[in-house]
Amino acid sequence: MATVSASPIVRSLTSSVIVRVLKLLPWVAVAALPLALPGYEPLATQVFVMILFALSLDLLVGYAGIVTLGHAGLFGMGAYTASILSVHGITDPIVTALCGMMLAAVTGLAFGVAMLRTKGLTLLMLTMASAFLLYEIANKATGLTGGEDGLQGVSFTPLLGLFAFDFRGRTAFFYSLAALFLVFTFVQVLINSPFGWSLRGIRENDARMAAIGCPIMRRRIIIYVIASALAGLAGALQAQTTQFVALHSLSFELSGNILIMLILGGSGRLYGAFVGVPSFMLAQDQLAKQDPANWFLGLGLILIAMVMLAPGGIIGIAERIVHAIKARRRP
Amino acid sequence: MTTAITILFFGVAYGMILYLISVGLSVTMGLMGFVNLAHGVFAMLGGYVTVTLMNRLGVPFLPSLAAGCVLVAALGFVLERTLYRHLYGRSELDQVLFSFGLILVSVAIVRIAWGPLAQPIQLPDYLKGQVTILHLTLPAYRVALVGFATAVISGLWFVFDRTLFGARIRAAVDNRAMAQSIGINTSRLFAGTFGLGTGLAALGGGLGADVLAISPTYPLDYIVYFLIVVAVGGLGDIRGPFVAALAIGLADTACHYVVPQAGSIFIFAFVFIVLIWRPNGIMRRR
Amino acid sequence: MSFTKKIGSRLLRQGLVAAALTMAALAPAKAETIKVGVILTYSGRDAALGEQIDRAINLFSKLHASELPPGVKIELVKRDDTGVNPSLAKRLAQELVLRDHVQILTGGQWTPNAMAIAALTKEAKVPFVTMTAGGSTVTQQSPYVVRTGWTLWQTSYPLGEWAAKQGWKTAYTVVSDFAPGYDGEAAFTKSFTEGGGKIVGSVRIPLATTDYLPYFQKVKDTNPDVVYVFNPGGPQATAFMKAFDDIGITKSKIKLIGPLDITSDEELPNMGRSALGVVTLGQYSPAATRKANADFIAAWKKEYGANSVPTYFAVAGWDGMQAIYDAINAQKGNAQKGIIDPDAMMKFLRGWSDPNSPRGPIKIDQQGDLVQNLYLRRVEEKDGHLANIEFATIGPIGDPWKVFNKK
Repeated sequence: MATVSASPIVRSLTSSVIVRVLKLLPWVAVAALPLALPGYEPLATQVFVMILFALSLDLLVGYAGIVTLGHAGLFGMGAYTASILSVHGITDPIVTALCGMMLAAVTGLAFGVAMLRTKGLTLLMLTMASAFLLYEIANKATGLTGGEDGLQGVSFTPLLGLFAFDFRGRTAFFYSLAALFLVFTFVQVLINSPFGWSLRGIRENDARMAAIGCPIMRRRIIIYVIASALAGLAGALQAQTTQFVALHSLSFELSGNILIMLILGGSGRLYGAFVGVPSFMLAQDQLAKQDPANWFLGLGLILIAMVMLAPGGIIGIAERIVHAIKARRRP
Repeated sequence: MTTAITILFFGVAYGMILYLISVGLSVTMGLMGFVNLAHGVFAMLGGYVTVTLMNRLGVPFLPSLAAGCVLVAALGFVLERTLYRHLYGRSELDQVLFSFGLILVSVAIVRIAWGPLAQPIQLPDYLKGQVTILHLTLPAYRVALVGFATAVISGLWFVFDRTLFGARIRAAVDNRAMAQSIGINTSRLFAGTFGLGTGLAALGGGLGADVLAISPTYPLDYIVYFLIVVAVGGLGDIRGPFVAALAIGLADTACHYVVPQAGSIFIFAFVFIVLIWRPNGIMRRR
Repeated sequence: MSFTKKIGSRLLRQGLVAAALTMAALAPAKAETIKVGVILTYSGRDAALGEQIDRAINLFSKLHASELPPGVKIELVKRDDTGVNPSLAKRLAQELVLRDHVQILTGGQWTPNAMAIAALTKEAKVPFVTMTAGGSTVTQQSPYVVRTGWTLWQTSYPLGEWAAKQGWKTAYTVVSDFAPGYDGEAAFTKSFTEGGGKIVGSVRIPLATTDYLPYFQKVKDTNPDVVYVFNPGGPQATAFMKAFDDIGITKSKIKLIGPLDITSDEELPNMGRSALGVVTLGQYSPAATRKANADFIAAWKKEYGANSVPTYFAVAGWDGMQAIYDAINAQKGNAQKGIIDPDAMMKFLRGWSDPNSPRGPIKIDQQGDLVQNLYLRRVEEKDGHLANIEFATIGPIGDPWKVFNKK
C-alpha cells in the first residue's frame, strides 16, 4: 500500500468513499438472501429481530455498564402492545410498531427511575423482578393477553399499503432488515456522540464522572429508556412478523438467552450482536433438534470457558488473532 | 379461624424451605461477593439424590436427606476450590455469565441422567395423609417439614452465634481484609462456608421436594425466589433472610388462597417496593 | 476501531451469516415420497405425552407400511415444539412447509400450538390432522384442519349432566389455567347448572404451579358435593391427586370427577390408592375389552415391552395415522406421483370413519371433529393394579360446543 506517496486529502476521500460502499455491501448481500436460499426467510427474519434486540441490550451492558436479566420485559411490552392493538382494530404495522416502542419506553422509564438508584445484586434482582412482574400480569390478564395460550387473531394490514405479510415471510424479511439497518445507524451515531462517550465514562468510573459534573443518574435513565424503546421495537417486529405473541416474549429464559447471544459475540462492540445472534440461533436450530440436553450442555460449557479464558466473545477472539498477526508482522 | 391457621402453617412451611435453600446463598454472597445464580443447582441436586435414594434404593427418608446434604456439600466444596475461587475479583457480568453457564451444564447433566420429568417422591407411609394436632388436621409431610426445619435452623443459628467457625464467618463478612490480617485463613473459610451453604441448600431441596418440584429446570424456575430472599433479607446475614423468607412464604400462600386470580403478582410488586425502600435489605446493619 | 478492523468485522459477520445459512442442506424430495410433518413435544416436562403419540405413530407406520399404494412411501419429518409454545410451533410448521416441503401436517399436541399451526394452514393450504389438542375452536381456524383426538366439551359436558343426575347439588371447578381448562370449566358449568346444580366456586391453577395446597384448602373449606377437575394429565395428574390426598379431600365425602386426563393410565400406579373411586369420562381406557383394543394392546406390548401401557394419547396418534393413510389411499393416483391434493383430502377426511379403532367406532364430522363414544369409568383395582374400568357408555357424540355455537 503506497500510503506514503498519495496526498493525505485524496487518501482520506477515497478511503471514506470505499468505506461507505463497503459498509453497505453486507447489507445488500443479505438482502439478496431470498434469491439464494428461499424458505429461510422466516429464520432470517427472526435473526434480524434478535440482532435488534441484542443491540438494545448492548447499549446497557456493553456501554452503560448496566447488567440486566429482565430485558425481555421490555421486548414483551412492545410485542404485546402491537398485538393487542391489532386485535382491537389498529392494524397498521408502522403505527403499532411505534406504539410498541413508546409503551416500552414508558415502562423502561417507570422501572428505570425506581431501579437505577440501586446497584450490584439489588439492581440485578430488580431487573429480574420487573420482568417477572410483567410476566405474571400478562399471565393473569388472560382476557387481554391470551395468557398461557398466547394471543390469537393477530394480523396486520399490508406494509405501506402495498406489501402484505404472507406466510412465505418475504415482506417480513425486508421489513425487519430495514428496521435493523435504521436502528444500527442510529445506535452508531449515539455511541460515537459525546453522550455515548459519557456513558463509557460512567461505566468505568462513576465517581470521577460525577466529580466533573456529569449528571449520572439522568444519563443512565436516558440510556435505559432508549434501550427499552429499541427492545420494544424488536418485540413489536416479532409480533408483526410472526403474527403471534405469547408469554415467552416476557420470559426469564429470553432475557438470559439474549444476554448470552450478545456476550457470545462480544459486548461493547456493536458488531457483537451481529456475530453472536446468528451463531447462537443457527447452532440452536441445528443442535437442539437432536437433543436439547446436548444443546444446554454445549452452551453452558462454552459460557464457562468464555468467562474463564476468553472474555470478549467471538469478536474478542478475532481481535486478538488480528492483533497477534499484526504484532508478528512488525519487527 | 382454623383456615387462617392452616394457611399460616403452609406459608411457614414454604418460607422455611426457601430459607434453608437461600441462607447459604446469602452468606456466600456476603462473604465472597460472588453473584452466584447457580445456587439453585445445589438444592436441585440435593433433591435428586434424596428422591433417588428413597425411590430406587428404598433408603429411609432421613438418611436420604442426610446423604443428599453431605454429597452436595462435598461437591460444593470441590467446585469452590476448583472453579469459583478464580472468579472472585471479576466483574459482575462475568460472574453472572459463569453461574448461568453452570446452571445450563447441570440442567443438561441432570436431564441426561434422570430424564426431563419432575421426580415423584414416594413418601414413607408415616409421612402420608394427615395428622391431627390441637384440633387442626394438617398434611403429615408438612408437619414433619416444619419440625425438621426448625431443628436445622436452630442448629445453624447456634453455629453462627456460638461457635468459632461462625464467629470467623461473621468477621470475614464484616471486613475481610481485617479478618485476614488477624490470621483467619479466609480461603479455607470460603471453601468451608461454601460447602455449608450448598449442603443446606441440598437439605432444603430434598426436604422441600413436595413444595418445589424436583425437575431439570429447577434452578431456572426458582432462582428468582432465592435471589428475592437474599436481596430482601440482606447479604451476609442469617436472620434477615429468615424474616424475608417467612414473609414471602406467607404472602405468596395467602395470596393464592385469597386472590388466586392475581397469582404471584403481589410477590413481585411487594419485592420491588421493599427493595426500593431498603436497597440493602430489610434488616438495618449497624 | 481501525479501518481494517471494521472491514474485518463486517466481513466476518457477513461470512458467518452466509456460511451458516448454507449449512442447512435442503434434500430434494423424491417423487413418490409423501412427506408428513409431525410437530410434537419431545423434550421438557411433557415429553412423556409426546412420546406416547410418537410411539403410536411409529408402530402404526411399521405395521401398516404395506397398506400404502404401490410405489408410495411416507417420510415422517419430526419437530420438537418443547411444550406449550405457540410461536415456536408456528415457526416449525412454517419451516416444514417452506423448507422441507411437507404435504401433510400432524401432531399438534397442545391447543395453543395447534391453533397457531392451524392458522398457518389456511394460507398455506396444507391438511393438518391434529391429534390431541382439545380446544373446540381449533377446527374452526381453517378449512384444512381435522382432529382425531377429542375436545374438552366432549369429555366434560356429558359429565355435568351425569353429575346433576346423581343428585349432587353443589360443585367446585378446579382447572389448569389454559384454553382446554377454560373449555372444560365452561362445559361442565353449563350442563351442571342446566341440570339443577350450583357452582359454588371455581379456580384456575397456573400451569407452572407446584404447590397446590393453598388452592385445594379453599376447595375443602367450601365443602361442595363434587369437584370437577381438569389438568393436562401426565405427572401433573399425579401431583393433583397427591395434593387432594394431602389436604384430605380423597378421604372425605367430596367426590372427584373429571375428564379422563386426571386419571392418566400411565400415572395410575404413581397415584396409588388415593385415586380409587374417582369417576372420569373419556373416550379410551386400555382396560376396554373390545377386540380392536385387545389387538392394539398386544401389538403395543410386543413392540414396547409388557410393562408399557398405551394411553388415550397413543390412540389419538394411532387413529390420526389411520386417517392419513386412508386419505392417501383415496388419492392413489396423485400419491403415486408424489402429490397430495389438499382440497380432495379434506373432503375425504370430513366424512371418514373407522369402525375398528381401539376406542370403538369413530368418524370425523363436517366440522372436522371426531364423533365417538364416551365412557364413564371408575378407578378400581383389577388383577392387583389400578385401572379405569368402564361402566357406562354415552354417545356417539361430536363436539357439543359446536352445537351451541352454530356459525
